[in-house]
Amino acid sequence: MNPLLLLLLIPLLTVIGIALAKGTKQVRLVSAIGMSAQLLFAFVLLFLFYKERNTGNTEDMLFVSSTMWYESFNIQLKFGVDGISVSMILLTAIVTFAGIFASWQVESLSKEFFISLIILATGVFGFFISLDLFTMFLFYEMAVIPMYLLIGIWGSGPKEYSAMKLTLMLMGGSALLLVGLLGIYFNSAPDGGRLTFDLTEIAKVHIPLAAQLFFFPFTFIGFGILGALFPFHTWSPDGHASAPTAVSMLHAGVLMKLGGYGCFRVAMYLLPEAAHELAWIFIILTSISVVYGAFGAIWQKDLKYINAYSSVSHCGLVLFALLMMNETATTGAILQMISHGLMTALFFALIGMIYGRTHTRMINEMGGLMKVIPFLSVVYVIAGLASLGLPGLSGFVAEMTIFVGSFQHTDTFHRVATIVACSSIVITAVYILRVVGILLLGPITNNHYLELKDAQWFEKLSTVTLVSAIAIIGLTPFWLSDLIREPLAHMIQNLTNL
Amino acid sequence: MDYSYTLLILLLPFLLFLFIGLIGNKMKPQLSGVLGTTGLLVITVLSYFTAFNYFTNKTGEAFKAIEAFQFLWLQFTDKLIIHLGILLDPLSVMMLVVITTVSLMVHIYSMGYMKGEVGFARSYSFLSLFTCSRLGLVLATNIFQMYIFWELVGVSSYLLIGFYYERPSAVAAAKKAFIVTRFADLGFLIGILILSFYTNTFDFNLLTSDDGPAIAQPATAVFMGLSVTTWAMLLIFMGGAGKSAMFPLHIWLPDAMEGPTPVSALIHAATMVVAGVYLVARLFPIYHFTSPDSLNVIMYVGSFTSLFAAIIACTQLDIKRVLAFSTLSQIGYMMVALGVSGYGSEGLGYMASLFHLFTHAFFKALLFLGAGSVIHAVHSNLMTEMGGLKKYMPITHITFLIACLTIAGIPPLSGFFSKDEILVAAFEHNKMVFAVQWLVAGLTAFYMFRLYFNIFWSSNREYHHTPHESPASMTIPLILLAVASIFSGFVPFHDLVTTDGLPLQTEFHAMIAVPSVAIAVVGIIFSAMLYFRKNPKPESIATSLSGIYTFVYHKFYIDEVYLFITHNIIFQFISRPVAWFDRHIVDGTMNLIGNTTVFFSGAIKRMQSGHVQWYIWYFTSGALLLVLLILYLN
Amino acid sequence: MNLQAEIPLDYMIVLSTIVFFVGLLGVIIRRNLISMLMGVELMLNAVNINFVAFNHYLFPHRLEGHFFALIVMAIAAAEAAIAIALIINIYRQFATVNVDDVDELKY
Repeated sequence: MNPLLLLLLIPLLTVIGIALAKGTKQVRLVSAIGMSAQLLFAFVLLFLFYKERNTGNTEDMLFVSSTMWYESFNIQLKFGVDGISVSMILLTAIVTFAGIFASWQVESLSKEFFISLIILATGVFGFFISLDLFTMFLFYEMAVIPMYLLIGIWGSGPKEYSAMKLTLMLMGGSALLLVGLLGIYFNSAPDGGRLTFDLTEIAKVHIPLAAQLFFFPFTFIGFGILGALFPFHTWSPDGHASAPTAVSMLHAGVLMKLGGYGCFRVAMYLLPEAAHELAWIFIILTSISVVYGAFGAIWQKDLKYINAYSSVSHCGLVLFALLMMNETATTGAILQMISHGLMTALFFALIGMIYGRTHTRMINEMGGLMKVIPFLSVVYVIAGLASLGLPGLSGFVAEMTIFVGSFQHTDTFHRVATIVACSSIVITAVYILRVVGILLLGPITNNHYLELKDAQWFEKLSTVTLVSAIAIIGLTPFWLSDLIREPLAHMIQNLTNL
Repeated sequence: MDYSYTLLILLLPFLLFLFIGLIGNKMKPQLSGVLGTTGLLVITVLSYFTAFNYFTNKTGEAFKAIEAFQFLWLQFTDKLIIHLGILLDPLSVMMLVVITTVSLMVHIYSMGYMKGEVGFARSYSFLSLFTCSRLGLVLATNIFQMYIFWELVGVSSYLLIGFYYERPSAVAAAKKAFIVTRFADLGFLIGILILSFYTNTFDFNLLTSDDGPAIAQPATAVFMGLSVTTWAMLLIFMGGAGKSAMFPLHIWLPDAMEGPTPVSALIHAATMVVAGVYLVARLFPIYHFTSPDSLNVIMYVGSFTSLFAAIIACTQLDIKRVLAFSTLSQIGYMMVALGVSGYGSEGLGYMASLFHLFTHAFFKALLFLGAGSVIHAVHSNLMTEMGGLKKYMPITHITFLIACLTIAGIPPLSGFFSKDEILVAAFEHNKMVFAVQWLVAGLTAFYMFRLYFNIFWSSNREYHHTPHESPASMTIPLILLAVASIFSGFVPFHDLVTTDGLPLQTEFHAMIAVPSVAIAVVGIIFSAMLYFRKNPKPESIATSLSGIYTFVYHKFYIDEVYLFITHNIIFQFISRPVAWFDRHIVDGTMNLIGNTTVFFSGAIKRMQSGHVQWYIWYFTSGALLLVLLILYLN
Repeated sequence: MNLQAEIPLDYMIVLSTIVFFVGLLGVIIRRNLISMLMGVELMLNAVNINFVAFNHYLFPHRLEGHFFALIVMAIAAAEAAIAIALIINIYRQFATVNVDDVDELKY
């Protein structure tokens, strides 16, 4: 059997297990076991992948299996992974694992909560292993829909508004995306063969330029909305602010990566000429994103808003790097997705934990938390340092790869864009240190805080998992970078050799 | 000669950082201090051993650079690869000795100074991280590794300056230090990007070798009237200027005094602030051969900073701030020396600069630790609250006096030799700069002795608690550093650290030495007249110059200008509008789309009211309209 | 017949139109179900007048118009019976014959 199917099977069994479980404790236990198994399996998959490569299998995609699903439209259930997907799967498994423990204290409707959460994760796993545009889209929708319920039911603040806004904007993206995907489908056999949704097959075909130019914006913006592309990012601050902790983690940590991944795997890989032609528009938009998000974050007062804007900035950097279309920058983009996924999940987990204690997310209402909850505060500082690109943590590796990669373009336009993007490292430092200074350092502003308790075991488990992942990538980036770079070599060739 | 053991020099402090940082609060505070200090002692011994081996095992004429250890850390492109490694050459070995010595002194000193503080273990963990990153910086084999540790130095200084994190001023100072240096690092990063793009390598050996890509085939592209190499080197210098607190990026340094005093000693003396000098020295061949313009910029910036800081130092009341500005001024000297230097047999300035770095590390550490000892006794930073301390603190007094004499450049103390070499190099290159530096030498003597007399002589005031001499853990480093300050001038530096590794011929220039000592003596006498006994003369001078005095006392209001730019321009005029724009325009558009839909559906839904009578009304009026229309058309 | 000579067709049409619109207005404006039903009946009768009048004036030798009027009457009777039954049921259910109060199905 294809080992990849286990990635879908384990969450499915977990969902069934949760449905059968009685009481919150059992539900938690089943979800924890399920997602631990998933995490374990993600690592096993990594080693299987290395093993397969070491035995000399040089196929682009490994563990490929394909079943015809709907004959007349040539829709298949086709799965397979390369280095990029494997690393994204690892990211998803880690974030989901941490997310389960971060939502340990969800009491109301816990069964339904964990089921929705795991269905969401399943959608993401499915998306990353799909090699068929239609199933990819299916899993994409499967990941987006539970979000509505999760925010609308378990959220806080104006949750219905936020859930509605988020879902509608993402659905709008899906609509564009569907047009784009169908456009690709109907042009997948320009010489009159059989139309196909198969990604690897389409990559070999040359889609007519006119069609590429028409459908590239649909596909890119469709995925880009999920990747918080300026100016379609506004679902992110409201959505994150209202979402429960684990949902914010999964959403910013993993779901937004679907956007970047899709932009690269589908929009740019399948429509390379259009990507070249139109890249400049999106480079402008993403450079704006990067700086704009960072400036936006400086002025915010709500922790979640700060982090949401910072996500806009960081995810903008992902798309920015992808559009540079060379091996180094793209490696950097994928690294940045992983790095951002881990650290933003960590941020949201911490914000949730702090909120659970102080019952506010407004930074000016808090102060001096370092003294009372040292563990969480120190982890927050580490997350902040990762976010502002401290060497030894993952953010630095990703950002530097992106900057060096984008600097390989010699023309003034790319140079200026790169320098603009680079300047975000200063602005990031400003808003991160501002939050750290107001929130954690300084004198204690509220005497009630003296009674606060530091992290409990599940909170420690959740944050330590993420911190160690960040540190491992930051200290030893070469293996991950090689894992990502290896499939890129010829994909980029496909992009540049026109 | 196998130098692979030098890996320990990097690894040990890092492990100490992790170990003390993770479980430091669970063990006895004293133990973590002992652990950190012992670890550093090992590193110091290893460094001395390395230095001894390196300088005694010379193969051939010149000292060669040795890559003791190297492994691939991250690959960007086929050519651009970050290695983490250890590079040993005269420059890095010299720095190794300086850093470990001063760090060791600070570690020992902290055992006494920080005793009983809440974050005792934390301070040792941060100190270890700082040592690690600083050593990594000087041992870097390539410019990107240097950048990595450069950033780590920035963060560890952030942590150390903000050590008393419950004090808002410390938090603000730490933030300021980090952001200002970060801004400079942006320049450094872009400089690296440009340089590495045109040379296709990060490696120092390749970059600085005569036939390397940077020097043999410098990039000829021109951007805005300057060659790209000049741009790259200027931007890299911007990074160095940020860390070394050159004007106009110097604003973080005086505030950085919020950290514990040993930390100030560590940051200001041996380690962090001279990183910029080290950076320029490291890339000196590129500066010299491909962009002499940037060397001129370095010279003028250095010269201006040294004068500017010396003037401010004359007015400050906080003793640590006086020392901070004196550091700025002395680093200005080093930058000037680099700026005026030639290469090979004309590389006197380069040698003098590093020589001054070497001696300055000891006497400045001594000054800071001495000041710490005083602060420890008096519990105040202000010199107005001190006076007559010489009878209470004899050891501190004597060592402080030695340090003051050294920095003033009185022979035969070490400061005399290094400063003299710099003045000689400046004299040969640019007379105006020489004049400025000569004047600064007098100012230095003046403000240092102003400090000295105010602390130890002046009035015999009454103290609430009678000040007492510091414990042995604090005085021993003082004595050791005093010894180093006296004798480090006799190190045959011109044989060891030169531009090309070959020994440099130097001679004694009485023409320069006599006037420079003379002006120092004048400075000392002048300050003795004003401050030896408490008298109203300084007050009256200050009042007579009131406008200028206030202006200088407030550091030329440069902080305020920065504050205005960041708060009023960047925050109010960029960030706030961006936030507003996002909420109201971008998000507003999305909400507008939603609201328009809702509005139209609200309007249309009236037509589906379920009221049959309305339907009939619509129907008949429609039918009638149609009839009328047909009639009209016919 | 002298009727034909004295009363032109136009009068008939005007009469039926007036009756029709009176009925229509009754249906549209009145909220009472009985009144609305009366309006409907008026409209039906207006149509009947037309049928009979046109038949009489235009095709005096044919009888379709008259027949149709009779059928309409029969249907109207049946319709009135059903409508009244409904109205009575509604009155029993809601204790009112005002249409505006009988909008349960709308929600």
